Amino acid sequence: MVGKERREAREPVTRREFLAKTATGMVLGAVSLGVLNRNPAYAAGTMAAPVVGPDSRATAVKEWPVKSDWENKIRRLEQDLERALGKPVEQRKWGMVIDLRRCVGCRACTVACKAENHLPPGVVYRPVMEEERGTYPEVQRQFLPRPCMHCEKPPCVAVCPVKATYKRPDGIVAIDYNRCIGCRYCLAACPYGARSFDSGRFYTQDTPLLEPYESEPALEYGKQWPRQKGRSPIGNARKCTFCLHRLQTGQLPACVTTCLGGATCFGDLNDPRSMVREWLAREGLMRLKEELGTEPQVYYLT
Amino acid sequence: MKKISWIITIAALLVGAIGVYHYLVFGEQAAGYSSAVPWGLGVATYMLASGLSAGVYLITSLVYICSVKELEPFRRVGLVAALSALLAALVAIGLDLGHLGRAWRVFISPNPHSPMAWMVWLYTIYLLLLILQLYFDSRGDSSPAPDAGTTEIPGDKRPGRYLAIIGVLVALAFSGGLGALLGVVQARPYWSNPLLPVMFLVAALASGSALLTFIVGVVNPGQHAEETGRAINLLARIVVGLLVFYLLFELVEMLLGSYYLSPSHALPYQLILTGPNWWIFWIVHLVVGALIPVLLLVRSNITAKTAGWAGFLITLGFLGVRYNIVVPGLLAPPFPALPAAYSEPGLVYTYVPTQSEWLVVLFVLALGAFIFKLGIEYLPFNRRPDRVVTPPARHVKTGADLSR
Ligand code: SF4
Ligand code: SF4
Repeated sequence: MVGKERREAREPVTRREFLAKTATGMVLGAVSLGVLNRNPAYAAGTMAAPVVGPDSRATAVKEWPVKSDWENKIRRLEQDLERALGKPVEQRKWGMVIDLRRCVGCRACTVACKAENHLPPGVVYRPVMEEERGTYPEVQRQFLPRPCMHCEKPPCVAVCPVKATYKRPDGIVAIDYNRCIGCRYCLAACPYGARSFDSGRFYTQDTPLLEPYESEPALEYGKQWPRQKGRSPIGNARKCTFCLHRLQTGQLPACVTTCLGGATCFGDLNDPRSMVREWLAREGLMRLKEELGTEPQVYYLT
Repeated sequence: MKKISWIITIAALLVGAIGVYHYLVFGEQAAGYSSAVPWGLGVATYMLASGLSAGVYLITSLVYICSVKELEPFRRVGLVAALSALLAALVAIGLDLGHLGRAWRVFISPNPHSPMAWMVWLYTIYLLLLILQLYFDSRGDSSPAPDAGTTEIPGDKRPGRYLAIIGVLVALAFSGGLGALLGVVQARPYWSNPLLPVMFLVAALASGSALLTFIVGVVNPGQHAEETGRAINLLARIVVGLLVFYLLFELVEMLLGSYYLSPSHALPYQLILTGPNWWIFWIVHLVVGALIPVLLLVRSNITAKTAGWAGFLITLGFLGVRYNIVVPGLLAPPFPALPAAYSEPGLVYTYVPTQSEWLVVLFVLALGAFIFKLGIEYLPFNRRPDRVVTPPARHVKTGADLSR
């Protein structure tokens, strides 16, 4: 599995070139992607996605190959996304496939999610679990990112007394922050530990200055949510939204674009042409705690 | 004595108010519960108080409906106790909510699938019933009419009686419903037990009758020694019977639980029996809350006061019981590797109640006591000792030394 993948040594110059090509600065972590990917992104005849300007070194670079690399996958996912957004919302069914053989356990997704959604201490949407098996030299380390499963039959929705948490027509399990009474019943009922409670903590609360960025509004559910005492989302249950606010503007979830190993595939499960459907057809597909009947919409390839 | 108990209650209320102040100023950070262990001492206290209310109510109302004369003189006191415990329970759970100000939404946009929504509705009906019953009682409507025949049951065919019948059904529903609230959670194998609603009902009855024993035996709002003696005699038997019945449930649960192997099934039992908080089960629940009081209650020459204090110990022990249902059920992580996956304040898979939480418990319990004392002191019906009904002689033969 992951441990068996071989890391290839890189020349510093090539790395710099790659940096220039991807010049968006979108994700610093993506720089090391090539180091860890089986099919390096900067292989001959490649080009970074966003062109910086006419004088950019990136323009001098050749096209990406049609198949088999990380950036190509992102582009393909974006096209899938665009196609899905062209359909009425009830005809979409968002889902995710995570290839555990590609996950390198870098936790770029965890951090990107924290940054994207301005998550405070105690709130995490996509932790990466880690398991070490065997003893040296026969040892293997496995990683398993755990977003919200956006269950088809979500126990969290069933128990919410005020219908604050609900399943959208596109399959995303959402929370109406302004309805949530903060009873945390849903936290107890989620079999995946995918829900957090925002108890109003700040990372810099014990320092002389409460950093203003911590209170800046998160854009969850397409609205502005400044973190202020007594106001939502403080005192609410919170969870992964599949970055609904990004989807609505044609962007992929933050965890997908930052996934160094290219392990996270996201798209419309109703679209037979989508990449996520292609991955669904692969061998070794599984879901977590299948026996509970929650029917997660996050799948894993093992 | 009366003065001292007022001073103690008000002092406890004030000290406990510090915890409430912490909650208001620091928000949920003041509490020990977290994203990982979302419920703690607050919920356990709420469950204790809710069970006490249901238990006291059921015992007093059942005997009223079935006209058990021994407890008739204490029915109104029971109603006041049930109301006080209910208000304490509602304050406990209200303080535990992240957004108490939105709780009204349960009435306008409830999720009928959620046991929690049902609980809120049942509490509301129950609260109204209690207030109505107290109202009718204070007007004397459920007392025997002056021209009633000797065979007529006191309060028969009066509004109070019908209200009591509905009230019993509601109290049965919400005390068992509290077990259902946990029992429906498939994600927590320790809770996901179809017998939980029945266990909760028995726990409510056992703890409620113990509280009533304390009230009758120790607080005793101006009843005759003979009446107290008869009531205590009956209550002692009810309490011991129910407690033993509950312990039987628990024994079966523990025996079966000890066979479980999967961590999420087995861990809660291990934690309860041998974890860092082993003393809650062994000392608080079994020794203080069961062994000592049962030994006291089964003695033939027990005084009403001693019986009352035995009831107090049982009541206290049930806080441990409730804690051991709520918290260990949440301590088993959904995946063994999850606790290490991401750890920071507010995301630690252990639970230790904070000082503020303990203070809030003190506040809630003191508030219950305070409301009760106000009730028995100022509600009009207690100013009419002439309304006391003397039970027919055929009912009781105490045979115990019940001098107070
Ligand atoms: S994983 Fe948990 S939070 Fe997400 S939909 Fe399922 S039950 Fe709800
Ligand atoms: S915490 Fe909020 S979303 Fe969760 S069950 Fe309670 S009201 Fe619903």
